[in-house]
Amino acid sequence: MSETTNGESVGWQPSAPVNYSTRVDKVGTSARTARGIRIVLAFVLAGVMLIPVFWLGLTSFKSRADAIAVPPKVVNFTPTLEGFVNLLSDRSVLNARRLELMKERTDLTWYEEIALKNGQQITGISQYVGRLRNSVIIAGTSTILAVILGLLAAYSFSRFKVPGESDWLFFILSTRMLPPVVVTIPIFLMYRQLGLHDTHLGLILLYTVFNLSLTVWLLKGFLDEIPREYEEAAMVDGYTRLQAFRKVVLPQAVTGIAATTVFSLIFAWNEYAFALMLTTERARTAPPTIPTILGRGGVEWSAIAAGSLGFLIPVVIVTFVLRRHLLRGVTFGAIRQ
Amino acid sequence: MATIELRQVAKKFGDVYAVKPLDLTIADGEFVVLLGPSGCGKTTTLRMISGLEATTSGRILIDGKDVTWKHPSERDIAFVFQLFALYPHMSVRQNIEFTLEAQNVSPAERTQRVGDVAKLLEIEHLLAQRPGGLSGGDRQRVTLARALVRRPAAFLMDEPLGALDADFRHTMRAEIKRLHLAQHATTVYVTHDQIEAMAMSDRIVVMSAAEVQQVGTPHEVYHDPANLFVARFIGSPGMNLAPGKMADGHLLLAGGHRYLIPAQWRGTLSQVAGGEVILGFRPEAATVSDGGSLAAEVYANDLHGAYAVLHLSLDGENPETVVHVRADRFAHYPIGQSVRFDLNPDMVRFFDPNSGRALRTQ
Ligand SMILES: Nc1ncnc2c1ncn2[C@@H]1O[C@H](COP(=O)(O)OP(=O)(O)OP(=O)(O)O)[C@@H](O)[C@H]1O
Ligand SMILES: [Mg+2]
Repeated sequence: MSETTNGESVGWQPSAPVNYSTRVDKVGTSARTARGIRIVLAFVLAGVMLIPVFWLGLTSFKSRADAIAVPPKVVNFTPTLEGFVNLLSDRSVLNARRLELMKERTDLTWYEEIALKNGQQITGISQYVGRLRNSVIIAGTSTILAVILGLLAAYSFSRFKVPGESDWLFFILSTRMLPPVVVTIPIFLMYRQLGLHDTHLGLILLYTVFNLSLTVWLLKGFLDEIPREYEEAAMVDGYTRLQAFRKVVLPQAVTGIAATTVFSLIFAWNEYAFALMLTTERARTAPPTIPTILGRGGVEWSAIAAGSLGFLIPVVIVTFVLRRHLLRGVTFGAIRQ
Repeated sequence: MATIELRQVAKKFGDVYAVKPLDLTIADGEFVVLLGPSGCGKTTTLRMISGLEATTSGRILIDGKDVTWKHPSERDIAFVFQLFALYPHMSVRQNIEFTLEAQNVSPAERTQRVGDVAKLLEIEHLLAQRPGGLSGGDRQRVTLARALVRRPAAFLMDEPLGALDADFRHTMRAEIKRLHLAQHATTVYVTHDQIEAMAMSDRIVVMSAAEVQQVGTPHEVYHDPANLFVARFIGSPGMNLAPGKMADGHLLLAGGHRYLIPAQWRGTLSQVAGGEVILGFRPEAATVSDGGSLAAEVYANDLHGAYAVLHLSLDGENPETVVHVRADRFAHYPIGQSVRFDLNPDMVRFFDPNSGRALRTQ
């Protein structure tokens, strides 16, 4: 029995659950040293991994000259949005007379000024913007579809007796075994026949099918870990199976769904080979577009860097939003609460 | 509240019976315990009553209505699972309310009923918490609260105390029994703990190998086991079973002992073909006394708090002929010593060694 400060007696209180380890072998001196070393190592490793991304970010804010300077400039350059302007706009080179005229104008916007410094005039928005939008539409829709379909299939595999269950599961997995490049030509021919070539629908269908194997397998693993008793209790309590699924299973599967969503999104977002073969203009996504920036009048490193950075951002945002669920999700439930 | 009737209800998984055709009628307000060793089909029976498992054959009636093919949600029964099925993503209050939501109970009444049941089970202070942080006992209380708040036609409980430690089981056992007496709710309770079954039930259904062995009150099951399985399974240690052969009004037991058959049994036993029977008696049916008619050698001696259980070998060496006899806690019985004892003639039972069934006096 313990005493509070004002002498009032309080009974035994259940302590808050301890969710860190207090085992001797985890808090002893040598364990702490080992942990210190591990933390340092983790930082070093993270540093090594992040250097390219850091360099990418740096380059995107450099002028064309600074981007290719030798030795490379890390801090001693003036940041400019030139790369972004070049990425997002179409420009034409001005001749000497028009250049003079332009320089006299006072109604120029900041991005027109930047273009002018390189002797160029902005003529419109570049394709990149539309293609990034295509990427968002196609990757987003196909990910949502793959996760929803995968969730329903995985739930059925997990909870019901499906005849030939393991064969089906193997078949679903086997669709992932062929490298995509091998099937691009036949799919290209089929898509042309079906009028799916260079359409959003075409790529959405393809990415959904490709991601389904991943989502079914991943989600089945997560759903298997949720005890059946939860739904059974809900059903006895007066809910239908569908209601039980929505109210009991779904909230507990968030972790798995989040992880699966991120994995599918990364695939659909980064996919290059199919996008290159099956689209030309209307439905072309960002990945096949970025290398084409290379081609226009010398290597525009800062524009490429800016394009890659812009391409990274949506995935980073989604991952960041779902991060709370991811840590448990990507380790396949090995870390429990 | 309701009656539950099982008519020839059976369940097969593949070609194997998990429950062989079973008949059982449970009266309104009765507390029936399904008791049996692991894998005998208790849970399966309970799940069939709840509708979570479809029957292979037979019919199930709740309150006279055939519910054999009704969805679990339409049967108006509450199921308490062995593993506490509390939803981790909801607070204790939400967990308890969850079932009322399904029945479109108004929010005001919900609060009222949750309050009532929380008070009854003394969990009012836990309502705002998540179940994850609760102790085993508190979780079990919440699970019970979830079932009670519904006021269903019947309660089905599958080893609800299985995961608790011994001390706490004791308390919860009494609480469940008190709740039952207060609410008078039809209850089917599964356990493999016979002490629990004895303590709580109006009737016990003893199951083994997918079959019902006996249905009876705790007294009947204990004192008048229907067959050898029940005799061995109930009681710890189980009933003593000593095979013997009848000869001129006596039973010839291992070690050459002659047991004088009690008068009320002579008629029945004289009709047994071959004269082979198994004598059965509980440890407390024997009284150690120097003038006893039976004798055996001490094989081992278990000291309990209030009494001792002597293991006596009838033939002096073979462990298979050991019978257990209750004796004075403070007397000294060295191993190998010969002990004489008598059997209370009213507490002696006989079994047919071929069918395993109990013989009945005429
Ligand atoms: N879904 C199932 N598929 C196949 N066999 C099953 C299934 N459920 C149960 N069984 C089998 O049916 C038999 C009875 O199982 P049940 O769970 O009813 O036993 P129990 O008496 O509840 O045992 P315990 O005391 O271990 O809980 C067991 O042999 C079990 O292996
Ligand atoms: Mg069971």
